[in-house]
Amino acid sequence: MFEKVKSVSEITDHITTLFENDPLLNDVWVQGEVSNMTQASSGHWYFTLKDNDSQLRCVMWRSATSRQSTIPKNGDALEAHGKISLYAPRGEYQLYADLIRPVGLGDLFQAFERLKAKLYNEGLFENERKRPIPAFPHKIGIVTSPTAAAFQDILNVLRRRFPLAEVILSPTQVQGVDAPPQIVSAIERLNTSTDVDIILLCRGGGSIEDLWAFNDETVARAVAASRIPIISGVGHETDFTIVDFVSDLRAPTPSAAAELATPDLEDIRQELRQVTTYLITTLQTQLENKRTALLRLMRDLQYHSPEITIRNHRQRIDDLNERMVKASYNHLKLLSIQLQSKSAALHAASPQAILSRGYALVTRTEDGKRVTSELDAQPGTGITLQLKDGELKARVEDKNIHEQYKRTLF
Amino acid sequence: MNNINELSFEQAYQELDEIVSKLESGELTLEESVTLFERGRKLAEHCQAILDQAELRVNQLNDSGDIQPL
Repeated sequence: MFEKVKSVSEITDHITTLFENDPLLNDVWVQGEVSNMTQASSGHWYFTLKDNDSQLRCVMWRSATSRQSTIPKNGDALEAHGKISLYAPRGEYQLYADLIRPVGLGDLFQAFERLKAKLYNEGLFENERKRPIPAFPHKIGIVTSPTAAAFQDILNVLRRRFPLAEVILSPTQVQGVDAPPQIVSAIERLNTSTDVDIILLCRGGGSIEDLWAFNDETVARAVAASRIPIISGVGHETDFTIVDFVSDLRAPTPSAAAELATPDLEDIRQELRQVTTYLITTLQTQLENKRTALLRLMRDLQYHSPEITIRNHRQRIDDLNERMVKASYNHLKLLSIQLQSKSAALHAASPQAILSRGYALVTRTEDGKRVTSELDAQPGTGITLQLKDGELKARVEDKNIHEQYKRTLF
Repeated sequence: MNNINELSFEQAYQELDEIVSKLESGELTLEESVTLFERGRKLAEHCQAILDQAELRVNQLNDSGDIQPL
């Protein structure tokens, strides 16, 4: 007969089933001291609960951690609620916690959870209800105990960061049975008698019982009803109170509340210096732009200046003048040529030219009258024959005698 | 325009903010730009002076609603 051998997974499944079917392990409160507390970036918490003899690995998923009113620290004595089951990959059992509360505060804790659920269901934690925190608070109302260190912490922060503000302390006790009505009255008085821009509701660190006034329903409702926005700064970073859920802004400590309420003076100084520099460069840029525009206009103006028109006209006149001189010169030259040819013609037609061709100019010697017809000179008349190079004197003969004489001769 | 020395820090700061916006718009005449620039610079100086002189005033509100220096 063979033994039935199980795989690791098979036996782990079997053990898991045992865990899951055990009524106690599925709904249990475990008390112990916190160690190895780790907040993973995923939002899950991993820690170990231990006592003198044993330890128990615990995990709380983000869906549960976001609902817890305190973040556990190593050394805290806690009660954790949840179910215990097996983490198969490591073969370890661990507590899957859904609730944690400080040891011995079961009643207070339940009251806290009940009030939280009640106010949550009324919508008092809604983000839409939260009023904006003013950037430059003129007047800052402070609801705290005047004798508490927290008050001096706040004043120190305000002196350093934003001394422009005016502080109005509305004093109150912050712990004990009288604290809740006094806190309510202090908030109401700031609302009715002052014009503060913001209220800091603060208390220094202490035990959960010391902070209990800030888990009071009347205080929570007074915070919700305040006309003036409220920043809560109660206890230490890990402490959450009902007031923190109702207030317009939760600060981890009183000093932090003062910081969240005010701008830093140094930031403002820096900003003012930057604005001044910015003003200078902006103006310089604009001056530069205007100067460029002006230069462009001056160029355009120059382009359309009458000087150019005048210069053009002047040139045109010069051109015309030149053409005129040239034209006149040509005309004169033409006239001169014409004159020469006329002069030659005239010369050709002169009497002297005729004489030089062998003709003679005949005049009557006695009176110089020109002889152009035979009737002008009767036989016997003295005539002068002008030839090209001198004169001959002659006498007109009788034609008949001349004929006879010719015949005689020839 | 108001006398700068009479302005509160917030008033001066807000006006300075408005002046920067106007200058940025570039829709001003040259004279307006220069005037606003001068005023902006004085406002910034005024703001710095207020900051230099600021001293936190601490008062207490008593039960009857009176406010007295603490």
